[in-house]
Amino acid sequence: MEITSKSARQWARLGPRGVYGQAILAIADKHDDLMVMSADLASSSGLERFRTTYPDKFLNAGIAEQNMIGVAAGLAKEGYNVFASSFSPFIAMRASEQIRMNLGYMELNVKAVAIGGGISMGFLGNSHFGIEDMAVMRAIPNLTVVSPADCVEVVKLVESAASFKGPMYIRLTGTANCPIVYTDDYEFEIGKSILLREGADVTLIACGSMVYQSLQAAELLAEQGISASVINMHTIKPLDEARLQEIIAKGRPIITVEEHSKIGGLGSAIAEYLSPLGCGIRHLSVALPDAYIKTGDYDYMLGEQGLDAKSIAQKAETFLTK
Amino acid sequence: MSYPELTEFARTMRQKILDISYHSGTSTHIGGALSMTDVMAVLYGKVLNFDAQDPRWPERDRFILSKGHGVLGFYPALLGAGIISQEVFDTFQQNGSDLIAHPVMNLDLGIESSNGSLGHGISMAVGIAFAAKKQAKPFHTYTLVGDGETNEGSVWEAAMLASHLKLDNLTAIIDYNKQQNDGFGKDVLHIDNMAERFRAFGWHVIEVDGHDIDAIVEAFEEDPLNKPKAIVANTIKGKGVSFMEGDNSWHHNRLTKTNYEAAVAALNNSNNERSDNGNNV
Repeated sequence: MEITSKSARQWARLGPRGVYGQAILAIADKHDDLMVMSADLASSSGLERFRTTYPDKFLNAGIAEQNMIGVAAGLAKEGYNVFASSFSPFIAMRASEQIRMNLGYMELNVKAVAIGGGISMGFLGNSHFGIEDMAVMRAIPNLTVVSPADCVEVVKLVESAASFKGPMYIRLTGTANCPIVYTDDYEFEIGKSILLREGADVTLIACGSMVYQSLQAAELLAEQGISASVINMHTIKPLDEARLQEIIAKGRPIITVEEHSKIGGLGSAIAEYLSPLGCGIRHLSVALPDAYIKTGDYDYMLGEQGLDAKSIAQKAETFLTK
Repeated sequence: MSYPELTEFARTMRQKILDISYHSGTSTHIGGALSMTDVMAVLYGKVLNFDAQDPRWPERDRFILSKGHGVLGFYPALLGAGIISQEVFDTFQQNGSDLIAHPVMNLDLGIESSNGSLGHGISMAVGIAFAAKKQAKPFHTYTLVGDGETNEGSVWEAAMLASHLKLDNLTAIIDYNKQQNDGFGKDVLHIDNMAERFRAFGWHVIEVDGHDIDAIVEAFEEDPLNKPKAIVANTIKGKGVSFMEGDNSWHHNRLTKTNYEAAVAALNNSNNERSDNGNNV
């Protein structure tokens, strides 16, 4: 798919779910072995056109996520390149053991795609929030965990994932009218983070929806005379260790930012990496609390939970002046 | 294989089950391995299409042991079929072995999937059978499901999808021994009408005596007419070892030397009885 500022704007309006469906549709011709599955959420995953255009490449498992992953594994075993999606908690947690046994243990080539990761499901409430998913998925051996920063990156990721051999958890965050990080084409490689902004005082490492908020926070920090780097750590597992080594070598404080529980996500992954090095680098984790939260619209919740740019900047400032 | 050969295959498997269980020196799942043995003998002795010299042959029939704890009834079948060697077989539960208490996918050893957590294998079998349909591949997919395993909701998710997709290239055998870890199924979670349940889920169902070789063969031969096929095999947990039959302590237990010798003697008695009974063929 051609990436231009116009397409970036169009995709942003659609949001990550709709763009996932478009991206899958766009690659279908290039991948004869593609199979796309849904658990009765095709219409919610932007897959309606795919379903009608490529009925032979689509299988609805019904509201049965555990079986969907098992069936996806069977299809993958016979050579299919399978993308199976559902809402984040239903795929990452309800079917987590199937992902562990069928995808991790047997290394079968299935992309488990979580739509509505984080708190983007708004008034649908905590039952539908994906705030523990990275903790669960990251703990499964052999599983690659990726969360794209915006809708353009959803396209880049779907294109890359379709040629990637092995099981993967794809975490889509954000809503329709999704903030734009990328307006032009760029190099995207699974496992390789992206330096979006260079600064001298602090490094913000973010994934998913929080990449944009971190970039905005860096702008706010600049107004306060604080110069921040921003890294898009779209691949949470395996971590881009080369990049982390560069960051550590500079010795600046690190702030991780994620729309996920503070337990087990990006912040935990970075802390796990830093801790045994004993490098003395200070690390602040900006994340969701270990709690079920009051719900509302997405912007309200980001503000309430301290995940909007303003809150991130304030937390960074406090952290840096301590 | 002919009837006497299949009977002998099953007898040898039962002996092997006792042997490797005893030699492992640990508790193993004996009861449910003995209950599935006649079905496995028919599968590996007559039904499955495979090439022992080339376990990865693309057109091989697929067998998924959904009741993963039934490996003691699986490895002897792979040995008897010539897919794994005696040398490999003898590594059962040695440190670092490929053959452990639940199967680990290893296509070179004829093991199609990793199992152990229940209710997974049948889903994978549905996926494989569906893939075969889409690719117009001639192979058939078989899966052996424990009756206790059907407590898992995912089994019924798979059952629903299999009939929805009209997978007549899929056969699930239910090892209906009516016991599970904590005792009789009727006491743990009542499942007395297995055949009706699968029928209600849109499957072609055949109920057989799971120790009647001929009946099992016939069940495999029956045409499911555009539906997935379930063979509900009524079996006896611990079959062939009189003191284990009906005694659920042998679901997972360790064979002492005394018990092992008693079990082998009981197995031989059982075999003699069978031949004494003459030809119920």
